[in-house]
Amino acid sequence: MCNRAAKLVVVALLGVVLSCIATVQGNAGVDSQNFTLVEKGHYLATAADCFACHTTQNGGKPFAGGRAIETPFGNITTPNITPDSETGIGAWTDDQFVRAVRDGIRPDGGRLYPAMPFTAYTKMSRNDVLAIRAYLKTVEPVRHPVKANTLPFPFDIRAAMRVWDALYFTAGEFKPDPGHSSIWNRGAYLVQGPGHCGACHTPKTFLGGDKTDESLRGAKLQGWSAPDITGDQNEGLGRWSEADIADYLKAGHNHVTAATGPMAEVIADSTSQMSDDDRKAIATYLKSLAGMSNEAVPEQAKHAVMVAGQAIYRSQCSACHGLEGKGTEKLFPSLADSSLVRASDPSSAIRLVLRGGRSVATASEPTAPGMPSFAWQLSDAQVAAVLTYVRNSWKTAAAPVSTADVTHARKALRTRTE
Amino acid sequence: MALRRREFLAGTALLLMTGSARATLISGQLPWLPDAGDPPAPVRPGPWAYFTSDEARAVEALADRIIPPDPQTPGGKDAGCAIYVDRQLAGPYGHNEGHYVQPPFMHGTKQQGPQSAKGPAQMYRDGLAALDKHCQASYSGKRFADLADADKDTVLKGIESGSIKLDPADGESFFKQVVKDIQAGFFADPLYGGNRDMVAWKMIGYPGARYNYLDWIDRHNERYPLPPVGITGSAAWSSKT
Amino acid sequence: MSRKLPKKDVVIIGLGWTGSILANELTDEGLDVVAIERGPWRDTPTDFPVNYMQDELRYHIRHELFLRPDQTTFTFRNKMSQTALPIRTWGAFMPPNGVGGGGVHWNAETWRFLPSDFVLKTHLTERYGAAFLPADMTIQDWGVTYADLEPHYDQFEYLCGTSGTAGNLNGQIQPGGNPFEGPRSRPYPNPAQKQGFGHTLYGKAAQELGYKPFPQPSGNLSQAYVNPLGLRMGQCTYCGFCEWFGCGNYSKASPQTTILPVLIRKSNFSVRDNAEVTRINLDRSGKRATGVTFVDTSGIEWEQPADLVILSAFSIFNVQLLMLSKIGQPYDPVANTGVIGRNFTHQTMSSVDGFFDKSKFNFNPFIASGAIGMVIDEFNGDNFDHSSVGFVGGGYLAYGQTNGRPITTTPTPPDTPKWGAKWKQAVRDNYLSTVSGADVHGSMYSYRDVYLDLDPTYKDRFARPLLRMTIDFHDNELKAAAYLTDKLDGIVKAMGAKQVHKKPRKGPYDVTTYQTTHLNGGAVMGADPKTSAINRYLQSWDVPNLFVMGASAFPQNAGYNPTGTVAALAFWSAAAIRNQYLKNPGPLVDV
Repeated sequence: MCNRAAKLVVVALLGVVLSCIATVQGNAGVDSQNFTLVEKGHYLATAADCFACHTTQNGGKPFAGGRAIETPFGNITTPNITPDSETGIGAWTDDQFVRAVRDGIRPDGGRLYPAMPFTAYTKMSRNDVLAIRAYLKTVEPVRHPVKANTLPFPFDIRAAMRVWDALYFTAGEFKPDPGHSSIWNRGAYLVQGPGHCGACHTPKTFLGGDKTDESLRGAKLQGWSAPDITGDQNEGLGRWSEADIADYLKAGHNHVTAATGPMAEVIADSTSQMSDDDRKAIATYLKSLAGMSNEAVPEQAKHAVMVAGQAIYRSQCSACHGLEGKGTEKLFPSLADSSLVRASDPSSAIRLVLRGGRSVATASEPTAPGMPSFAWQLSDAQVAAVLTYVRNSWKTAAAPVSTADVTHARKALRTRTE
Repeated sequence: MALRRREFLAGTALLLMTGSARATLISGQLPWLPDAGDPPAPVRPGPWAYFTSDEARAVEALADRIIPPDPQTPGGKDAGCAIYVDRQLAGPYGHNEGHYVQPPFMHGTKQQGPQSAKGPAQMYRDGLAALDKHCQASYSGKRFADLADADKDTVLKGIESGSIKLDPADGESFFKQVVKDIQAGFFADPLYGGNRDMVAWKMIGYPGARYNYLDWIDRHNERYPLPPVGITGSAAWSSKT
Repeated sequence: MSRKLPKKDVVIIGLGWTGSILANELTDEGLDVVAIERGPWRDTPTDFPVNYMQDELRYHIRHELFLRPDQTTFTFRNKMSQTALPIRTWGAFMPPNGVGGGGVHWNAETWRFLPSDFVLKTHLTERYGAAFLPADMTIQDWGVTYADLEPHYDQFEYLCGTSGTAGNLNGQIQPGGNPFEGPRSRPYPNPAQKQGFGHTLYGKAAQELGYKPFPQPSGNLSQAYVNPLGLRMGQCTYCGFCEWFGCGNYSKASPQTTILPVLIRKSNFSVRDNAEVTRINLDRSGKRATGVTFVDTSGIEWEQPADLVILSAFSIFNVQLLMLSKIGQPYDPVANTGVIGRNFTHQTMSSVDGFFDKSKFNFNPFIASGAIGMVIDEFNGDNFDHSSVGFVGGGYLAYGQTNGRPITTTPTPPDTPKWGAKWKQAVRDNYLSTVSGADVHGSMYSYRDVYLDLDPTYKDRFARPLLRMTIDFHDNELKAAAYLTDKLDGIVKAMGAKQVHKKPRKGPYDVTTYQTTHLNGGAVMGADPKTSAINRYLQSWDVPNLFVMGASAFPQNAGYNPTGTVAALAFWSAAAIRNQYLKNPGPLVDV
């Protein structure tokens, strides 16, 4: 850490005045003895889901970093954000913390990679970020050195981030829209700011920046397709009510579907622990986002494929998903109502059929039903046939899934362990 | 009571043989791994895994007497029953894996169940040899598979009733075992080598590995119309484009 | 030398139905609980998936979900004069293994015993006189009554989402239910399952004969359900792969579907799988359990200390562990002393096949669940006057065809050859038009010479003696079997069968043919420590911080499947532990 000597001088000077503050490192700044502030910070940290990225899975110490975040450019390892002064951020000032979170700039002037979603967190107010800082000061300090830079050349050159920031980063706090209700604005703030939903749900350019004109229309990542979460009738949440969205965010399950994969973590660690009002606000905002109005008629599925798909569906899928595709509420998703199943990018649907999946368990919905793996049983053509059948049955239509799509997905999944 | 190390190791070896079990401590959430589970491995066509060619011929002939072919349904041989038995005997079933095989082996009452140290694989080896030996002695040197069908049935009925004694095998037990295995292979899922193309299931009207009859539970006294499906699917799963 | 683990408040031996119930109850009390299970963790999408569970050969014929005899088995003889020999492969019963235990692969037939069953000795003596009972019959009262257990039967039924039609609501007989059942405080949580053609025809025939048929109470759910723990279950799809198999679509009540997902989330609960408890450890006084010793798959021995030990390993394994841990006095049948191993029972099963005209009758036997069926209870327990029939006890008469799995279910008329062209033709002709699941589910009362002890010759994989079963049918049960089978025969004939084949149970008891896995007794409950191993709260008389769950508590077996009663007793015992024992650890009943 550079400039440590200078820092210590500052601390020593301030320490006299602020020695009554019992923070571990005796640092100046936001008051982590302020219960209300710390509670607010805890809540915002939950909304921002710091825990998920900054904690290793399966028993890592909270916020101690070391988790590998998969990006198209390689893996980035998250730093330790506990108050440990040597290996964490205990020695940082509040301004340094705010600058890192909202501008993506480290105390040493180096740039953070946008795996840290500062492009979203920039929308957070300074007070909100300081509240998070106050909360983080109270978590257990963990001595855990993390080697942060693990991208391959040339992406390991952080200076290149200057260029990237110029292209893709617009700094600035969220500005409420007076033409919308306060509930809508709260939802917009949560989605665009701490919730950083676009980090997964907004498609990216080849350099990994947001395609801002396609905000929240769905993106590929980590072997999944994160769906469109605008109000689009076909691909998005257009057919969900606000209550359906709020239900999903709270329980991980609603009458249509269940959260699995990376979204299961988001539900478990973040949205299930937010308030009903905030979940409703998010729902209000998302439902208001216009769809694509893409009226293109999808390519007709071949009759022979539909017949084969129906035979497979009847004997392999209907015992859970029902003869009419309606499933069972909050136990087996309704394929008839699911937009994920019909998405123009079928990656997640293919993945679920091949590998199975476990849906999330929350306090309000603890069942966590699982789906078995069909990879050993169905050939690529059979997976394509049954998905094509499901996508084109029950009064809806979507482009067929091709055998090649499945072959490609199966190959890509071979190296994935999660 | 202290547990002795040698017995531990013996016990451990048995456990390791029967699967990849590992003691784990589970808490917090239901465990999950992608592609978890233990799906069955279908029998692949190929050379006999256990039988010699003479033995295989004999078992095919036995299969066709136990389940003779008729105009509507193939017989045991064509249905693949001998292939089924061959693969079963080559696997854990053949050497009584999982059974309690500790001595002493004593002859008990019928109610006490089988007490032989021999597994089915050895039983077939001994029994088939004794069967052919009997036939060669009684039918001018012909093995069982070369007899006329009527003569085959005469031999089998004799063994079944005990009037023909095989030497040195226990003919009655052996034949019971063969009938049991051939018929099991006939009706098992086709992935195990028998019931080729689900011919046995078609014969009786059994729909196979289906799991949802919700739309049929109320349809009383009606023939179920859908064709059978096996665990590895059916021809209906592939589209002919 | 055992490696010692940190102490827990509670150690639970075996994570089946009763282990899961006790774990959930005691973690709710705030205790730190660990369960140790001999077999593997099991869960629906990975171990009973809808795409390969439908494998009769693997699961029913090769017994894949069950304990392997080379892990442990028993020796068996009919009479004390014989030498017991090992059960080298299972036949008469299928011991469970793994998390969920028998709750994974049971039929889910969910019965309550009759009020008279719990006070059987008193009841029969009062009604018929002591001389009416065979001299060597050792039936006893249980020490609890039906009224004690009623709220806990209700608790289990609502946990499971049991599907049925109430017959007696608070004393009011209800049409369509079992008029003989003890009074229940509220209806079943779900309506009865639908019945197939054969089951419906049986019900009609029984009704025409003057009986009161009712649908079998089923833990295969008739509709989607959320249980009191917040767990969701699906609607049974009548797949015909129920008993001997795990359920692939969350529609059979099991620890997996009704308890475990909630239990596993609790921070004060953990489970060790693939770890076999080999001994309950006692302190020097022999009156206090200090915990258990278990062995992992590497053969390493561990000690898990605990303040409270729950033995919930399945009935017969409970008895085995008590004997090997030297808890309680072993039963001596000659001297008639001791309690561990005493009053061992199974079930007396008989059946009737009915062959129908295939041009007129199509039963589709493969469309069924594990607990489907129409039943009459007129001949169970003491529901009818036994004065002139020459036996006591009885059973329910049901047509509960659960499957059409062809390796085991290809019935042929009695004189059909067992192989050849005629056999093949008979199979073809009769598969769809035969009633082959008409059963008498008969009681087995307890006798002086039917018991469990340790074998003198054969050893398990740890070089410890195997448990020895000495069991045979007595005249009482065989008379009952003949009588009840005749009654069942009458109903099957009235269904319109052109030919019936009566198969009443005949002795000697044999270990090669399956007769339910309802092994009971050996560590029975009661009011008197001279004739029971545990008191009315399932607490060991000898070791007060040890409670023994399961059907090992049954002093004799009634004419019903045991699981409902096993679970009700577990809830009853858990309530006593929570409300009384924990506040004041020690004997709950004065000797």
